Amino acid sequence: MIRIEDLHKSFDGNAVLKGVSLGIKKGEVAALIGGSGSGKSVLLKHVAGLMKPDRGRVFVDGNDMTSLSGKKLTELRTRLGFLFQAGALFDSMTVFENVAFPLKEKTKLDSEVLRQRVSRELEHVGLSGSEQKYPSQISGGMIKRAALARALITEPEIMLFDEPTTGLDPVIGLSILRLIDASHKRISFTGIIVTHEIPRVFDIVDRVALLLEGKVYFYGTPEEILSSRDGVVHEFLHAKTARASNDEKA
Amino acid sequence: MAIIRKLGAATLRYLRITGLMGLFLAKSFLYAVIPPLKFSRLLKQIRFIGFQSTLVIILTGGFSGMVLGFQGYYSLSRFGSEAFLGPMVGLALIKELGPVISALMVTGRAGSAITAEIGIMRISEQIDALELMGLNPYRYLIVTNLLAAMISVPLLTAIFDVVGIAGGYLVGGKLLGVGAGTYFGEMASYVKMDDVLEGVYKSISFGILIAWVSCFKGYYTTELSGFGAEGVSKATTQAVVLCSVLILVWDYFMTSILYR
Repeated sequence: MIRIEDLHKSFDGNAVLKGVSLGIKKGEVAALIGGSGSGKSVLLKHVAGLMKPDRGRVFVDGNDMTSLSGKKLTELRTRLGFLFQAGALFDSMTVFENVAFPLKEKTKLDSEVLRQRVSRELEHVGLSGSEQKYPSQISGGMIKRAALARALITEPEIMLFDEPTTGLDPVIGLSILRLIDASHKRISFTGIIVTHEIPRVFDIVDRVALLLEGKVYFYGTPEEILSSRDGVVHEFLHAKTARASNDEKA
Repeated sequence: MAIIRKLGAATLRYLRITGLMGLFLAKSFLYAVIPPLKFSRLLKQIRFIGFQSTLVIILTGGFSGMVLGFQGYYSLSRFGSEAFLGPMVGLALIKELGPVISALMVTGRAGSAITAEIGIMRISEQIDALELMGLNPYRYLIVTNLLAAMISVPLLTAIFDVVGIAGGYLVGGKLLGVGAGTYFGEMASYVKMDDVLEGVYKSISFGILIAWVSCFKGYYTTELSGFGAEGVSKATTQAVVLCSVLILVWDYFMTSILYR
């Protein structure tokens, strides 16, 4: 469903991606892990077609995102959902208006049906009762939930999550991961989750890609990465796990 | 050698920005003529750029006319030509001051807000979110502002002119004794339809200019002005300064073209 081939990207001469190759099958969810600044979010934006690479290709359902433009890119994007790191909710709209927005703009649904769909989606993410609040009036966790509801309301075939738990306390972070898992079971999307939530994210993904120095250093199942004897992988996981457990104690 | 390199880099940068601005305007017009039009957003922007600027336009128009009334009367009285106060105020407002001051006021009140709004949407990834929903940000954000400014600025200019002419009469007529018949009669004789049209053409072009620069600066905030709140603040300042300068420069060219 998603195939990345030898992707290169530099910013002002600094190479961020140095030949990333990756494949994700239909219905699978992959976690993209790696150190800060390793290019995880940049890679995700290439999959969404928000960035153009210096070299390499990104295929989404057989379509090359690096060469698509105009109507074809727009059509493909309607099959995509993206959860931004900070939510990217429209701050001049209420939670209800935000979640309703994609349907209102892209479909001709009756207002009553629209209201029911939005209410149902908000119920799924535990935001019933917050419909009339503005993004500035709700917490970080609620913003992520509302953004998730907005991304999922069109029932996308592909979901991309950019650090869905960053900035949230461990309990709220865990609840967001559970929501992602529940929505995957409900909608069966193909997904990529960029995250630092190690090892908790391993419970909800089929594959894990470790991005180091602009390349995929390891790609396998959660069981394979956890049992890996590779020194670099082991050190990375150990450091992240220790940090996560310190965060939880704090 | 280093100076030449820096000069070359700066020239290339400005050429790139100019090209980017040209493409931005061309794309905006293209999406303006290709349906669908976001009509409810257009109405919202007409309300914001036009209706909500009315008070500031009435105030500036009124006082500009009153100042013209005073200055015009004292200047014309030196030649014994006070009777021509009406045409002087009318022509100055309709051809020049109305379009220019209205545009400057709209730049300060609405142009800056447009840049800030689009800039914040850019840095908080709201524009990326629009794109990923399969919506065209040009259609949604830029075209609506462009059309709203093209509609609103001429209407605001008309209000400015009318209030200014009334302000001129208040001072020239009620305070300094020029008769209403003389003031308005001479104005009707000397102010022609071409003069009115000159003001209309100017104000439409100023509307395009305000929307173009304000939207462009907001849309390219992260690329051209920087990141975060500082980037938005810079973009807003640059938009207001560039708009104000371009309005005056463009006014000169428009005047020289329309005088032929």
